[in-house]
This record gives sequence, C-alpha cells and structure tokens, in this order.
Amino acid sequence: MSKSYGVLLVSHVERVATGLKQLLDQVASDVTIKTAGGTEDGDVGTSFDLISETLESFEEDHILCFYDLGSAKMNLDMATEMTEKNVEILNTAFIEGAYTTASLLQADVPLDNIKEQISKLVIKE
Amino acid sequence: MAQTEKWIKSFEHFSKKITDEKSFLNELDSAIGDGDHGSNLTRGVAAVNEKLEQQSYDNLSDLFKDIGMVLVSKVGGASGPLYGSAFISMAKQSKESDDISSLLSSGLDGITKRGKAETGEKTMVDVWAPAVDALKEGTLDQSVIDSALESTKDMKATKGRASYLGDRSIGHIDPGAQSSAYFFESLLEAGVTDE
Repeated sequence: MSKSYGVLLVSHVERVATGLKQLLDQVASDVTIKTAGGTEDGDVGTSFDLISETLESFEEDHILCFYDLGSAKMNLDMATEMTEKNVEILNTAFIEGAYTTASLLQADVPLDNIKEQISKLVIKE
Repeated sequence: MAQTEKWIKSFEHFSKKITDEKSFLNELDSAIGDGDHGSNLTRGVAAVNEKLEQQSYDNLSDLFKDIGMVLVSKVGGASGPLYGSAFISMAKQSKESDDISSLLSSGLDGITKRGKAETGEKTMVDVWAPAVDALKEGTLDQSVIDSALESTKDMKATKGRASYLGDRSIGHIDPGAQSSAYFFESLLEAGVTDE
C-alpha cells in the first residue's frame, strides 16, 4: 500500500474489468487497483458478494470505485452501505474516469483536484 | 394461517411462476434488455427456496431479511438489488407493522430508492406503484395488476438497460413489470392480502 487511495473497477464482464486494470497499471504502478467483474459463476452481470469481498480486501481505507452500467452501481451502492470503509462511487465514463484518476493518484495529486478534473467526465447520475 | 406462513406460501407461488415462465421472461428481456431476467430470477428464487427449507420463521422480519439478502447475493442482474432492497425495506417495516399495504409500500420505497426510478419510466415500479395504491384502497385484484402491466407496453424506457434503446423500447412489455405482476398475483393467490 504505497498510496492512500485504492481503485476498484466494477464491470459486468470480468475481462472488461481486468482489461481496464491492465490499461491503468501501465500509468499507475504504485496505485492498488482491483477488479470485481462478472458474476461469481463467470457470467455476465455483477455480484454484490464479489464486490463486497473485493472492497474488504483493500489495505487502503479509502476506495474510489468506477463502474460500467447501472446495475453495477446498484450492487456497489449496497456493498458501500454495508462496509466500514470509506467508499466513493464515481459516475464518470468508465474507462476515461478511471484512467484519469489512476494517473493523477500515481502523481500524488490531491483528491479534490482529481475530482475536479474528472467532473467533466461524469456521464451517469 | 399466520402471516409468516402466508408469505412463505406466496413466495412459493412466486417461485413457481418465475421458474415456469423463465423462458418467457428471458424473451421479454431479449426484446429490450440483456435477455437474462428469467434466468437470473430463477437462480435467485431457487436459492431462496433452499434457504427457506433449512430455516423456520416465527416473524416476518427475519423471513424478509433472509429472502432479501439471498436475492441480492444470487440474482446477478439489476433485479437482485431491486427485489432484494424491497424485501430488506419490508424487513425493517415489519418491526413496526404487519399491515400488508404498509409493508409493500416500504418495499416500493426500497425499490425506488435503489433504482432511483419513478412511475412512467417503464420499470417494475409501474406495477408496484399502482398495486400498492390499490392495496391501500383495498381494491387490489387481477385487473389492477393486468392493466398496470399492460401500461408498460406503450411507455418509452428512461431507466434501466432498455433506456439505451430510446423510442425502440416502445411496444414491449417491461420484463421487470412482468415479474412484479407475478409477485402481486402470488400475494393474491396465497391470501396475504386477505384481512
């Protein structure tokens, strides 16, 4: 844990989430980035249990979450309500928002400035 | 019959309808969504039934909480957190009252809060809201459910996966509204709504 914030990527498809992590790792090698993609059976969908377990597995207490479609958000919301960790769900375009955030975290940019920068990328409510 | 037994009976009816109509629900969902509503809910109700077989209940709150948490964990699609939130809200409300309309009214609150949906957006709320209104008036019957369900056909989806289709979502029954219709039919059949 070399940064204060962790990043969680939630997608309906496991390989979408892991693929995005691969992209982010290239610019943010010191940022903890984890994924919760697909259902527990490896089908298309999101899993409340998988999201919860992944949130708990972070050493960081403050986690920034990005997601692809609406039902991922609902499971994220529920998992957020049930954890002790400080979880923030960002409603940006999935790839661009996560990429910008990871790059800026790597450069130790303060969270408020990161949020300001990604506010233009908000496309979901 | 005690309220808990009626509710368990009602859930059995619901499970059977969902499981019997799995392909039909998938078909409705294929038209305007991702085609898995029947499969997802079938997986969820099967897991709930397994849980209910192992457990006995002497109060509604424990029953609803278990049903809700299993649905959240096992369904996989949007309907997991939505139906799950309905039952979890009802679990809280049942500590105050076991009145059917106040229970289902909190169930509806759970759904609208989770999905941030209102009526007219072509979602399960378009069956839940009129059904809950009718329950409050004591007028819930099959015809109320049927007309609420039918009304989703002409709506344009502005929430959920179907909203990506815009105008092309018009002309199809909403799959979540259909499964919700089964839910309320099951309540009628099991006599939960009888005073």
